[in-house]
This record gives sequence, structure tokens and C-alpha cells, in this order.
Amino acid sequence: MEILVYGIINSVILSMVALGFTLVYSISRLPNFAHGALYVTAGFTTWLFLNRIGHMPYPVAIILSIFITGAMGALIYRFILIRIRGMEISEIISTYAIGLALLEGLRWGGLRGMTFTLPPFIEGSFQIFGVNVDYQRLIIVCCGVVVFLFLYFFTHFTKIGLALRGIAQDERAAMMLGIDSDMTAIISLAIGSGLAGFAAILLLPLGNIIVEAGYNVLIFAIAVCVIGGLGSWGGTIAASFIIGFAQILTEAFLSTHYQMVVALLAIIVTLLIKPSGIFGKQKELEERV
Amino acid sequence: MEQMRKERVDRGLKVRTEGIYAISSYREMAYLLGPRLFFILAVLSLPFILDLAPYWKRVINIMCTYAILAISFDFLANYVGLVCLGGAFFTGIGGYLSAIFNTYLGMPVYLSMPAATLGGAVLCTLLLLPCLPLRGVYFAIVTLMYPLLITRVIEALNIFGGTNGMTGVDSLPNEYVEHYLVILLSLLFLFGMRRFVNQDIGLVLRGVKDNDQSVRASGIDVTSMKVMAVFIASFMGCFSGAYMAHLYMWAGLSLFALDFSIIPIASVVIGGGGTLIGAVIGSFILVPLSELLRAFGTFRIVIYSVALTAFIVFKSEGIMVYLQRKYHQFERWVKI
Repeated sequence: MEILVYGIINSVILSMVALGFTLVYSISRLPNFAHGALYVTAGFTTWLFLNRIGHMPYPVAIILSIFITGAMGALIYRFILIRIRGMEISEIISTYAIGLALLEGLRWGGLRGMTFTLPPFIEGSFQIFGVNVDYQRLIIVCCGVVVFLFLYFFTHFTKIGLALRGIAQDERAAMMLGIDSDMTAIISLAIGSGLAGFAAILLLPLGNIIVEAGYNVLIFAIAVCVIGGLGSWGGTIAASFIIGFAQILTEAFLSTHYQMVVALLAIIVTLLIKPSGIFGKQKELEERV
Repeated sequence: MEQMRKERVDRGLKVRTEGIYAISSYREMAYLLGPRLFFILAVLSLPFILDLAPYWKRVINIMCTYAILAISFDFLANYVGLVCLGGAFFTGIGGYLSAIFNTYLGMPVYLSMPAATLGGAVLCTLLLLPCLPLRGVYFAIVTLMYPLLITRVIEALNIFGGTNGMTGVDSLPNEYVEHYLVILLSLLFLFGMRRFVNQDIGLVLRGVKDNDQSVRASGIDVTSMKVMAVFIASFMGCFSGAYMAHLYMWAGLSLFALDFSIIPIASVVIGGGGTLIGAVIGSFILVPLSELLRAFGTFRIVIYSVALTAFIVFKSEGIMVYLQRKYHQFERWVKI
């Protein structure tokens, strides 16, 4: 029972982490390797707003830092990625470099040790099927479901959302209908980065804000996306459940050290059996040999 | 208002040195050989020049090690189209293998290093084999994970000294062997690779980068070409790792550190991608710079990353291409 409950929680956590990355990639074909860095930055800015600058109330700090990460994503596109779009190698290297600069800059700026924590939204825990679950994890699951639903309705029933999907499906045709490709890319990066920040604020109360989390988040996000098929939403959710349960199982029967190993092995196995991921159908020929 | 534009024209000398006329006079030959010979002699004489500053002599070794790594990255990224974000994977494997051969099996240095280089290259190729059908983003992602993965495995299993690493690795015989081994090999790799990529097989590799479907349609197996390329790249990477293990007489988890992945990438971008020699020049600039910035600690990585991004965005051709252009062409303003 414990495995089932914590497996579901872990899966939702993973999909929250991966959502921003897969959103940006599916819409504008940009691999946002700064995803993990934005995640940590969001946690850090929230901490700053809570403890150093202005001692703001928690909700205000959260909303502000989500906006800041979203704006950072938009700025990254507007000033850097816009110039090198389409050059795959440069995109990867530059976003990775931005991520590194952010992460190592934070480390240098004093983000070390155990002092950086965010308080949980609601203290305490409750029992479900005889398993102790704290309220923070319940909130994570609820918020995860809400975010999924919100994104679904946003992309299916609003004008901007439909434009984003149009660009994702066929960029040229969408541009012919007057959809600005750069504008949608900015929006998608802003939303993706904002989601990274949102995930950070939900998840970081469970532990410390550490720089290494940035790398781990990036890796897990990528693992989930590759297994689910890059750019496929249903695949992302399915893959996060697969990896989530696999991780909880390894934790229960082996040790926590193997979590990363499980993620990579899952990637390799997926690539061997079905290279385009579980649900990735489109562009199979274009992207892999 | 009169509009002007910059026109670039090849120097007459450059045109004359193309083809057989290159050997028509000493002037033409000097034009062609001059920069190369200058570079080679400068690198070879570095240990003697730096006798004046003993601290910087150690930097030569690290500089050349990074140069080899950068050549390996440049080759994989710009000639085969495989962006390998985990160069540290190669150094780590090479270093650990060399340390294992040396301390556990008792091989002397001159055996353990070649064995580790070759064995490491085979091992890396085998481990990367499942990922080779991928390209672009996918390959970058997976290679990024490999060094982290191995670090976790070593930590978890507590093998090979665990987090403390393996001590007691033999050092190289003397200082000059240390310097010249790595200098000569980096020159060898540099000019060897320059020649290699201009062979027919290099052309096929570039075909794999630009349009692998057409390579496949020509009846050439893309994956086997990639296997070969990865083998060559990991050969160079493993050599640097094995060399470093013997240089520091220690092999530990820091051989899988981020530095070995990011500095070569930065030097390739700064030096000019696809020129190979640009990679070397880039690392000859970046590594001494990083020594100067040692006081800043992890802030160095920030500086690299910012420089890297700035170069990609504003000066994506890199130093080497710029220099080549200045050497081969002159510029003048003409009316439109």
C-alpha cells in the first residue's frame, strides 16, 4: 500500500518536473537545458523574498518568484535563443551554459549547506489507506492534477493555446495564418519556465534548496520526456508513472542510490526497444535514424 | 548619403598556394607552413620557456589535456553531429581503468596508460552503443547523464575506493616526460585528426552529420560510422583521463567532474568549431585563464558559461575562423 501511495505521489512529482521541459520542446522544438537551473532559482528567489527582501507573505513570494522565472525564460529566448534558433548544437550548448551559469552562480553566491528551506504550506500529516502522508504531498498531487487540467483547457480552448498547438503541429502553416513564431516561442518558454518555478515551490518544502537539485531535476525531466516520447503529453504522464513507480520500488528493495541508475536504464531500454518513446509517433524518421 | 560595404578579397598569395603551385617558391611555402610551424615550435618550446615560472609548467600539462578533450568534442560535434555533453565520462573511465591496471594488476605506467586508453575507448563505445541511433538533442541528453550515473554507481557500491578515490597510482618517470608526452600526443591528435577528417571517411562522417538518410541510402551503415567516431573520440578522452590519473597519482570521482565536460565545449566554441586547431587554441586561452581565476572557486564555471553563451550568440565563428580570414583575405570598403 505504501508503495502504491508513494508511487503515485512520486509519479506526480516527476511529471510536474518534466512538464515545463516537454511543453517548451513540444511547442517550439527548443531543448531548454536551463530547466533545472530555473527550478532552483525559483526556490531561491522565494526564499529571498521570504527571509531577506521585504519578508513578504508566503503566497505573494510564490507568485512573484513564479513570475520572475517565467520572465527569465522569456528573456532567455528574446535575447539569446532567438539568434541561434534552428542550430541544434548551439541551442543545446547555450541553454546548458545558461543553466550552468545560474546554478554555479547561485552556489558561488552562497547557496550551500542546509540553511535554505521553504516551509510547507500546511504542517502535519494524515492517514490514507493506513499510510502516513503529509499535507504537502497531498497538495502536490492536487496541484499537479489542477495544472494538467489547466494546461489542457488552456491549449484547447484559448486563442493563445491554440496558436501554440498550431505552431507545434506545423510551423509554416501556422505562420501563414498569422501566428508569430517568435511570440509563441517566448510564450512557451515563459510558461515552461514558470512551470519549473511552480514545481520548485511545490516540491522544495520537502527538502533543502540545493544546487545539485538543479542537475537532478534536469536529468529526471529529460528521462521522463525521452521515455514518454519528446513532445508528447500523454507520454510524459505515462512515463513519469513508470519511472515514479520504478524508483519507489528500487528505494523499497534496493537503496536510494540507484534512483538515477533506474532512470538511465529506463532510458536505454526504451531507446533500444522503441526509440521514439512510448507515445512518440510523429517525426520518428526525422529525429532519429 | 553614400553607402559603403566591406568587401573581402583573397590575397594573391593565398590563391597561388592552392594546388601544386604551393611548392613554386619559398615564399609560398612559408605562407603555408609558417603558421603551422610557428604553432608547433611554440608549443614544443613551452616547457623550456616556462622554466622561469615553475608553477605555470604544471599548467602546460592540464592545458594540453584539455586541448585533447576539446579536439575530441570538436570532432564529435562538428564532424559527426553528436554533441557529447559528458566528456567527463571518457576521462573518468580512462583514469579509473588506468588506476585499476596500475594498482590492482601492478602494470607499469608505460603499459597501464595505453591499456587504459584502448580498453577505456572500447568500454565507452560499448556503453554508448545503445544511444548511438540517437542524434542531436537526444544524444546530448543521454551523454549528459552518463558521468553522473557512473558517479552514483561508484558511490553506491563503494567500489574502487568509493568517494575517497584510488591512491597510490604510479607517477610518470620525470617532469619532461610528463610535459612532452602530452604535448606530442596533443599535436599528433590534432594533425592526425585534421588529416583524418579530410579523407573519404571524414567526408562520410560529415554526411552523417548533415543528412544521415542520404548516407544510409548510399548503402553505408550510419551506426557503424558513428561507432567508429565515438571510438576515436573516446580514445582521446580516455587518454587524457589515464594521463591525469598518473599525473596526480590519484583517480577519484572528480575525474567525472563537470569541468571536463564544460571547458572543452567552451574552448571549442571560443576557438571556433569545426577547425580542430581552434579547439586547441581555445583551451590554451581558457585553461591559463582559469588558473588566474582560481581564487574565484566555482565562479569560474559561471565565467566560462557566460563567455560561452556570448561567443555563441555574438561571435559564433570563433577566434580561429576569424584569424584564418584575416590571414587569407584583405578587406576594403567599396561603394555600393
